[in-house]
Amino acid sequence: MKRTQSIIGAISAALLVMLTGCGSDSATTSSSTSTPAGGTLTVYAAASLKQTFTDVGEQFKTDNPGWKVDFTFAGSSDLVTQLTQGAKGDVFASADTKNMDKAATAGLLAGDPVNFASNTLAIVVAPGNPKQVTSFADLNKPGLTVVVCAPQVPCGSATEKVEQSTKVTLNPVSEESSVTDVLNKVTTGQADAGLVYVTDALGAGDKVAKVDFPEAAAAVNTYPIGVLKTAADAAAAHKFVDLVTGEAGQKILSQAGFAKP
Amino acid sequence: MTRSAGLPRWLYLPAAVGAIFVVLPLVAVAVKVDWSQFWTLITSRSSVTALELSMKTAAISTAMCIVLGVPMALVLARNDSRWVRWTRPLILLPLVLPPVVGGIALLYAFGRLGLLGRYLDAAGIQIAFTTTAVVLAQTFVSLPFLVIAIEGAARTAGADYDVVAATLGARPTTVWWRVSLPLLAPGLASGAVLAFARSLGEFGATLTFAGSREGVTRTLPLEIYLQRESDADAAVALSLLLVVVAAVVVIGVGSRALKPGGSGGW
Repeated sequence: MKRTQSIIGAISAALLVMLTGCGSDSATTSSSTSTPAGGTLTVYAAASLKQTFTDVGEQFKTDNPGWKVDFTFAGSSDLVTQLTQGAKGDVFASADTKNMDKAATAGLLAGDPVNFASNTLAIVVAPGNPKQVTSFADLNKPGLTVVVCAPQVPCGSATEKVEQSTKVTLNPVSEESSVTDVLNKVTTGQADAGLVYVTDALGAGDKVAKVDFPEAAAAVNTYPIGVLKTAADAAAAHKFVDLVTGEAGQKILSQAGFAKP
Repeated sequence: MTRSAGLPRWLYLPAAVGAIFVVLPLVAVAVKVDWSQFWTLITSRSSVTALELSMKTAAISTAMCIVLGVPMALVLARNDSRWVRWTRPLILLPLVLPPVVGGIALLYAFGRLGLLGRYLDAAGIQIAFTTTAVVLAQTFVSLPFLVIAIEGAARTAGADYDVVAATLGARPTTVWWRVSLPLLAPGLASGAVLAFARSLGEFGATLTFAGSREGVTRTLPLEIYLQRESDADAAVALSLLLVVVAAVVVIGVGSRALKPGGSGGW
């Protein structure tokens, strides 16, 4: 009898330990402070914005001494999941309007989001284009291994739209779950061609050659940004959004290959 | 209670914390499942295809692990030469390697431009983006589990019976089939169960090395990862399905073999 009691005691103590453990953990992740002189801005941004937003963050620090910017880069849908599960942040930038809508429906946003950039698809091939892919229809050449994004992710739904508008149905050897996986399959030579965003193609430098095709206009991906309800300092969060939509931010984005929204 | 008579009572506290830590996330998945939709979600065509592919590839990988792993384990257990001792940590490396790293390594070995892959490609053998790539990835990550289980069993069993059989005139191959292997049966069972379970859950190496195409390379874990992007309910339902399949394998086939002592000394 005494033993059972002590076991029950042990289990409840264990639960307590776990609960308090969780508590202290979430306390450390909410890093934003409300000191007016400065603090840390937490920005959740789509993975495809990693390069440009890191640069924008540097600009923000220069413009606002005393401020730091913490980024979380991941797939837009992952970010929405994290935010709905209670992650605290100041700004959210999505790679598509669908995920921003999800965030809005979940009541995460303070105010309406703003579109700040757009991106279209491009074909990437090995440097020098040895297989001579020059058009979207060329992707169906016999013997060509083509990799695309799965329809469930934004770059894949864009691919589907282009297929519908061109009436060219691709026969890919793999449907990857992220645009970086598509790019990697081409840079490592596993695949002959892949469909990625213009910005990914440019970001890969000379490891791939980019082939633009006019039909890409059928699927333009718009990037919205918004201030989150959990923002500790809404004024600072708005400043960051203004920087992205303003001249300095737009210059950084267009240099990386992003188009105007 | 009789078996734990000698244990200090405070030991139950960390043990209970550990047990809850392992079980709680699984309970959370079961709680999260949309039960009214569960059956529809797990019997969708893409789910069934992914499950079939997973079972098929995991079974082939386990068979490959047994064919290659049993001899490896025996050599490791019985041969004390310096060369074998130095090879051991290398062979067991995939145990501690992140699967993504394993995938990258496989890519540069068997990929189209890889160390071995370029010759295979020249000979007309394509591995990338085929089911073979999935099996290679699974075998790569599972093999050490089987080797370590059997090596432990072999060391515990010792070589005494083999020696006796040999002195009675049995040839090495006869000793192998009639004496060594039957003694290793429990270790082999637990090793095979571990290898199968590990293959079933393999994700990182497959994603990096094999790609993702329905019916060819998209195993259940990859399907879950993809579904999560668009349909969280389907991802949760499939996760539970994977947990159940793994549990059936471990409990049904492996509980006896995985009992302490049954698997030998590891």
